[in-house]
Amino acid sequence: MPLIEFTDKGLYCAQGRFYIDPWRPVDKAVITHAHSDHARAGSGSYLCHRLTVPLLELRLGPEAALAGSAPGGLYQGVEWGEAVYLDGVRVSLHPAGHVIGSSQVRVEYQGEVWVVSGDYKTEDDGISGAFEPLRCNVFITESTFGLPIYHWDPQPVLFDSLQNWVADNRARDKTSVLIAYSLGKAQRVLLGLEPTGVEVYVHGAIWNVHQTLVAAGVALPPVQRVLPDMPKEWFRGKAVIAPPSAESSSWMRRFPAYAMGICSGWMQVRGNVRRRNADAGFAMSDHADWKGLLGAIEATGAEKVFVTHGFQAALSRYLNEKGIEAAEVRTEYGEDEEGGEPAEAGGGTEDAGNA
Amino acid sequence: MRRFAALAIKLGTSTKTNDKLEALEEYFTDAEDADKVWVIALFSGRRPKRTVNTTLLWEWCRELTGLPPWLFEESYHTVGDLAETIALLLPQPVSHSGDTLTYYLGRLSALGKETEEEKKAFVQQCWASMDTDERFVFNKFITGGWRIGISQQTVVNALARATGVDASVIAHRISGDWDPAITPYQALLSGEGGGSELSRPYPFYLAYALEDELSALGEPAAWQAEWKWDGIRGELIRRGDTIFVWSRGEELITEKFPEYQIFKERLPVGTVLDGEIIGVEPAEDGGTLPFAVLPFAALQTRIGRKNVTKKHLSEVPVGFIAYDLLEYGGEDWRGRPLQERRTQLEAIVSAMGHPLLQLSPVIRFDNWEALAMARGGARDHGSEGIMLKRKDSIYQVGRKRGDWWKWKIDPLVIDAVLVYAQKGHGRRSNLYTDYTFAVRSGDQLVTFAKAYSGLTDKELAEVDAFVKKNSLEKFGPVRTVKPELVFEIAFEGIAASSRHKSGVALRFPRINRWRRDKTPADIDTLDALKKMLELYGK
Repeated sequence: MPLIEFTDKGLYCAQGRFYIDPWRPVDKAVITHAHSDHARAGSGSYLCHRLTVPLLELRLGPEAALAGSAPGGLYQGVEWGEAVYLDGVRVSLHPAGHVIGSSQVRVEYQGEVWVVSGDYKTEDDGISGAFEPLRCNVFITESTFGLPIYHWDPQPVLFDSLQNWVADNRARDKTSVLIAYSLGKAQRVLLGLEPTGVEVYVHGAIWNVHQTLVAAGVALPPVQRVLPDMPKEWFRGKAVIAPPSAESSSWMRRFPAYAMGICSGWMQVRGNVRRRNADAGFAMSDHADWKGLLGAIEATGAEKVFVTHGFQAALSRYLNEKGIEAAEVRTEYGEDEEGGEPAEAGGGTEDAGNA
Repeated sequence: MRRFAALAIKLGTSTKTNDKLEALEEYFTDAEDADKVWVIALFSGRRPKRTVNTTLLWEWCRELTGLPPWLFEESYHTVGDLAETIALLLPQPVSHSGDTLTYYLGRLSALGKETEEEKKAFVQQCWASMDTDERFVFNKFITGGWRIGISQQTVVNALARATGVDASVIAHRISGDWDPAITPYQALLSGEGGGSELSRPYPFYLAYALEDELSALGEPAAWQAEWKWDGIRGELIRRGDTIFVWSRGEELITEKFPEYQIFKERLPVGTVLDGEIIGVEPAEDGGTLPFAVLPFAALQTRIGRKNVTKKHLSEVPVGFIAYDLLEYGGEDWRGRPLQERRTQLEAIVSAMGHPLLQLSPVIRFDNWEALAMARGGARDHGSEGIMLKRKDSIYQVGRKRGDWWKWKIDPLVIDAVLVYAQKGHGRRSNLYTDYTFAVRSGDQLVTFAKAYSGLTDKELAEVDAFVKKNSLEKFGPVRTVKPELVFEIAFEGIAASSRHKSGVALRFPRINRWRRDKTPADIDTLDALKKMLELYGK
């Protein structure tokens, strides 16, 4: 029996009796990161990185409010590299570089090693931890941007264009509204805006994540929450960060003349910028680009690769042609099998398929 | 080039006309004059001739990337634009060149005479010294098909703001046949460009679709009604010793219609007519014209061809239905009221007495009800509706509300099921938005139309999700979809066709609405389509 199986509830390790990022309630879940398509409510216990714990509490509910917690607590936080034994299976978490707290799951039993990547990016963004390449026998990788058209500029270049855009809007007395996922992208954008000295306001969803992270000891630049009684004119020349769910909602009407910039890997293709009626698109992603995926896969030295959510057909075919044995696997991560372009509305699932 | 690439990207993504106008105005104020001329040319549909074949472009890029062809194609179908796909796939540039737009366009047009090796060397060297945006616009020069979302009117307005010259004057000056490679900016805007004064057309006046009730137009007596013809809008110019024919896309199409040369004999020098180029056949009798109008599909067999053959001339002879007079005696008549232009037009046409040059008949009506009745019979006249023009209206520039309206007849409709889907282009990239529909024939489904428009973005997203979940097979970019979703397809005309499996070709098919209340069992049959062909196919 393989160490990890693909079941209708998610990735399952029978030997250790645990699931990784299950999409149905299970007894024991190991969670890669706190995005809603990877961390779902209803399971008996959750094992995750220390910084993911407060985020799960924010999103799934605090432990105290949930009855029937497993012994040892509903949420168990660990450090990167710390080994936990589950029925004799050695489980450890390692930085995935995707968002704060995001981890790859390394599973070892009788000398065989499997690694589940969750979502990852290979560039160090300065806040999510630097992606750690892990040697393994079998690697289960995401493929959200698994086509060679996806190539990210380095973060300093992206930040430069972000800063220029905000400065240009400021000069025209416009509000810069940046659309970014509330966990991950929003914090990166905030980092990018810091040198401009522009006052940054955030949507409630981002505010909640921000407060949670700051309380957990993460150092982030200060922000202010957008409040209903703030007059329109107040926002002129300032910057606002909002999640995609706010993008085409009435919430945006509280700002005077504004320019909207979307921060997402999908912005690499012009058509997407136009479709979403953005004034600017910044191809900034928390997922690995094509070269990042290939580099990460190669570094594992895995003899078998399973490709999940994204362009899994293209990436696995390419790997096979390169002599790396690969197969595609259907999961319920991301929005659909073709790369999970995020839904443009729907508050609760805004992070599904976070790009 | 960087400056132009930034402009093109800005124009391509901006959603506000005012932002586009501002960006263009800025460009026209401070860019190099030679580059400005090219921008005017590019954005008014004057593309450089294609000197590099796109298949080669594809090959040269693939060679640099080392990607397998299938992955290249997969990328293309996701991006939905070849120029952009190549720009994204190429390796990072090694340097940056500061060459101008004019330099690149000049070199590209000169490439036609060079060998394939020379072309390749030039293109690959350009790629190596450009950033992604520059590569994208450079590739676009080669592949064509700009969908920049800029109307000629916006270009004209921006030029007017940058130069202080009146917009209608600019519109006229940049019309017609001029070569951006040899026309200086100042000469172009002062109306001396290109030395082709003789052929210069006037910008067309275009009507919006009627929005309100007829009664909102006021007194019926203030309006002139004509049939709306289903041909090619054209300007017929007689100046000096020559006849020129222009299409609405401002293409000089004189050679396509040798029939018109005969008008030289009697059409007075210095005359410009606005009218419809239309396929004709001898009238049975009792019609309002001495000839019967052929459906657009017949004309289409001629206009697509490089050379018009004798066969075309005899099978689809072409007439001209005149409805306006823009110049008479060498004088611009556009500022005179329609009534006056019409009276003079009638005099010209009747003096001509040529069967292929006819007046667009005026529809008599005393009240709006009578006009509505007449519209019901439009198809019998080979027309697609009614044009309403205020009798005292001047001939304006571009699409304007108020004085002219088009009032089309209701389209023909048929219920059909979605069977194939393909990813779209431009703002629909990576979404399944291009559909093929089928009707029933016994227990078979027969495809009969493709349609790309008519659904809202929200509906498109829904259909896209359905396609992704219900694909039966993949043929390259095309997916076979479980036949389940029913749509009402509307179209303007129907003609027999041997090229289509269904035996019919539709004109302007589009999705009228999503029939969520219907199942595939309720769709129309091939027989129903054939019946429509019998009724309206002539």
